[in-house]
Amino acid sequence: MKPTSVFTLAAVLMATAAPLSAETLRWARSGDALTLDPHAQNEGPTHTIRHQMYEPLIIRDVTGAFEAALATDWAPSADDPNVWTFNLREGVTFHDGAAFTAEDVVFSFERAKQPNSDMKELIGSITEVRAVDDFTVEIVTDGPNPILPSNLTNLFMMDKDWTEANDTVAVQDFDGGEITFATTNANGTGPYVLQSREPDVKTVMVRNEDYWGIDQFPMDVTEIIYTPIQNPATRVAAMLSGEIDFLQDMPVQDLERVNAADGLVVKQAPQNRVIFFGMNQGADDIEADNIDGANPLADVRVRQAMSMAINRDAIRQVVMRGQSEPAGMIAPPFVNGWTAEMDAESSTDVEGAKALLAEAGYEDGFSIRLDCPNDRYVNDEGICQATVGMLGQIGITVNLDAKPKAQHFPLITDGQTDFYMLGWGVPTYDSEYIFNFLVHGRESDIGTWNGTGYDNDELDAMIQSLASNTDLEARNADIASIWRVVQDEQLYIPVHHQVLNWGMSERVGIEVDPEDQPKIKYFTMN
Amino acid sequence: MLAYTIRRVAQSALVLLIVGLVAFSMFRFVGDPIENMLGQERTVEDIERLRDQLGLNQSFAVQYYRFLEGAVQGNFGVSYRQGRPVAEILMERAPATLELAAVSAILAIIFGIAFGVFTAIRRDGFVANFIMSASLIGVSLPTFLIGILLIYIFSVELNWLPSFGRGETVDIGGWSTGFLTESGLKALILPAITLGLYQMTLIMRLVRSEMLEVLRQDYIRFACARGLKDRTINFRHALKNTMVPVITVIGLQLGAIIAFAIITETVFQWPGVGLLFINAIQFVDIPVMAAYLMLISVMFVAINLIVDMLYFFIDPRLRVDRAGGH
Repeated sequence: MKPTSVFTLAAVLMATAAPLSAETLRWARSGDALTLDPHAQNEGPTHTIRHQMYEPLIIRDVTGAFEAALATDWAPSADDPNVWTFNLREGVTFHDGAAFTAEDVVFSFERAKQPNSDMKELIGSITEVRAVDDFTVEIVTDGPNPILPSNLTNLFMMDKDWTEANDTVAVQDFDGGEITFATTNANGTGPYVLQSREPDVKTVMVRNEDYWGIDQFPMDVTEIIYTPIQNPATRVAAMLSGEIDFLQDMPVQDLERVNAADGLVVKQAPQNRVIFFGMNQGADDIEADNIDGANPLADVRVRQAMSMAINRDAIRQVVMRGQSEPAGMIAPPFVNGWTAEMDAESSTDVEGAKALLAEAGYEDGFSIRLDCPNDRYVNDEGICQATVGMLGQIGITVNLDAKPKAQHFPLITDGQTDFYMLGWGVPTYDSEYIFNFLVHGRESDIGTWNGTGYDNDELDAMIQSLASNTDLEARNADIASIWRVVQDEQLYIPVHHQVLNWGMSERVGIEVDPEDQPKIKYFTMN
Repeated sequence: MLAYTIRRVAQSALVLLIVGLVAFSMFRFVGDPIENMLGQERTVEDIERLRDQLGLNQSFAVQYYRFLEGAVQGNFGVSYRQGRPVAEILMERAPATLELAAVSAILAIIFGIAFGVFTAIRRDGFVANFIMSASLIGVSLPTFLIGILLIYIFSVELNWLPSFGRGETVDIGGWSTGFLTESGLKALILPAITLGLYQMTLIMRLVRSEMLEVLRQDYIRFACARGLKDRTINFRHALKNTMVPVITVIGLQLGAIIAFAIITETVFQWPGVGLLFINAIQFVDIPVMAAYLMLISVMFVAINLIVDMLYFFIDPRLRVDRAGGH
């Protein structure tokens, strides 16, 4: 054999010997994770980063359906509805090589129930977690809890020995400014391993070659470089110039440009967030209007008239540039209890609205202040401005007061606003969550976001009974009848469902996740 | 001399105290930090507990006093957003801002003086007129627009330079520097131009008008009459005599470069203290806002103090007056 052909052969061998070429995913969004401690903060972008390195027992896949992660199956016990049995995945190891067993699950739940934990409310119904054997755990709740699995999808499992060895058993006291080992280091079972992290600057993760699911999921990405970019124009410029492969928090006004650029696409899906207006209907008189001694919002006809005055299609086209779905109820489409019929119940009818107002005794209209955030939802202030004009058509003069979210939301929770905008996402994918926060009368730990002053004892009792009703059919019937009351009372004025946009290089293959929590293990690169 | 120094230092301390007081009285209008710190599942008890723990129930005067108490011991509290000590975060972010400010200042001084001298000497030339007109852009266009324009041209269209970030950095004894890597140097170019452009045009226009003033003086005419070379006249005699006011302005502008880095850092996602401050405002991160404002005011007060002290040495008349003999 001639020397040249030896070289050729060697070159061919080398080329074929490395079929798994390195694939780096450069990923950006507007903000960074607040901490890496799995139980310290219950916040979207923070969970998203953790999901790459840590895993819960159950996760939601790209469509929002449950998928077995560290548990392979789960069910309530046949003889005791208060006890759920979870079978754990065998042969799973943490990044440091330690085996994942039931002991770690028990430890992680105990840690998540500590006072400093931000996850404790979500698992408040759990009274005990016990290991039956190495790969079986039983979770005991204080009453039957039919939706327990949906509270566990962001509850990450830690290694007991690693946590103890690094003196980080106590959850980071975030508000007290504590830094623990777990804040800046991670040892999960997840598909990616933390390589380096500078908060607010850059986080680098590499593929976990020992991941249990390495053959089940695409896992094409071998390295993740995550950079928060705050300024929307810079974020888009970085994408256009090819410095970013995957972008979240895409500004609506730049969708067309990114889509038109060579090699880039924008994918969209309805987001788990509905935008609506709330009205103080419980008070005898309200401050924000010009009517003395009466509250026009207390009359259901006025509320219906206001809803009929709003042209949701116009908002969709003009304010949202097509990036919204008009809504008729305040539940996102994937939530249990949502129906297409109720979501279509809002219609625009300016003449009818005027007639209803006149019937209620306000044929000359009235004036009212609308409180609106200007940095929370997509084009929030623009939606409010459009609403001002639309309500003006039926004689209601609206004075818009738009403020940053940090000033707006306290108005709602402290009951200082009579007419306000709010958006709501439903992490449990069940209507009970909406009722608990937005429909139930306001008390110290329930109805906290209900700024309408609406308080219906009968309805409250029904809402409370949902938590422990294990007869799913009867429970769903209750949910439907609660929605009927909410719709008929026009408790809120639904506006639209937000649409989520992800920008990506054409090489990236992934569908948009309604929770805005991309899990890189599902990504393909070609 | 001693009395003068003591008086100036006391005045500076008073200014600092007042700046802090005004800042703290404003924080209540920025919003409620609790809103961002607790998720939507929080209960009324959670809110009360946290508000109590952070001391947000107290009047701003008490909060301000507690801040001062910590600050004199070098403790600026804990960031609400990052959950880490503010002093540590500031130390981590300072190198990025200082490096950016230093490069911008050097660019502004070199090009400012060079263009200033050139436009003064070739007063009616085409190139000089062009530079003068172009400098209007630097004075009149807002910084964020210049930044976005540069990104659009050099990153999006030409693909020469990165649009955001600091590139690779090297850590030297706790100081992360971008000077030692190629990507770090590349990442510096656009933000440095954006930040330094205003200062450059300012220096250029100042040098030019001072030069024109000096060139009209008798001693320049005599120098010409003596047959000295143009170069000697322009640089040894004219430029040297324009430098006194120019140096004063440069000194004052140094503070401004660091303080106004906020906008440039936001546009380029430059991980410095300015970006930190913007994040802090959006999150109502009071400890970070307070520490940053105090830091910037300390810097301005210190620069002014040094300038005042320098005058004392440079200008003998001041010394005689203050001696109180007359």
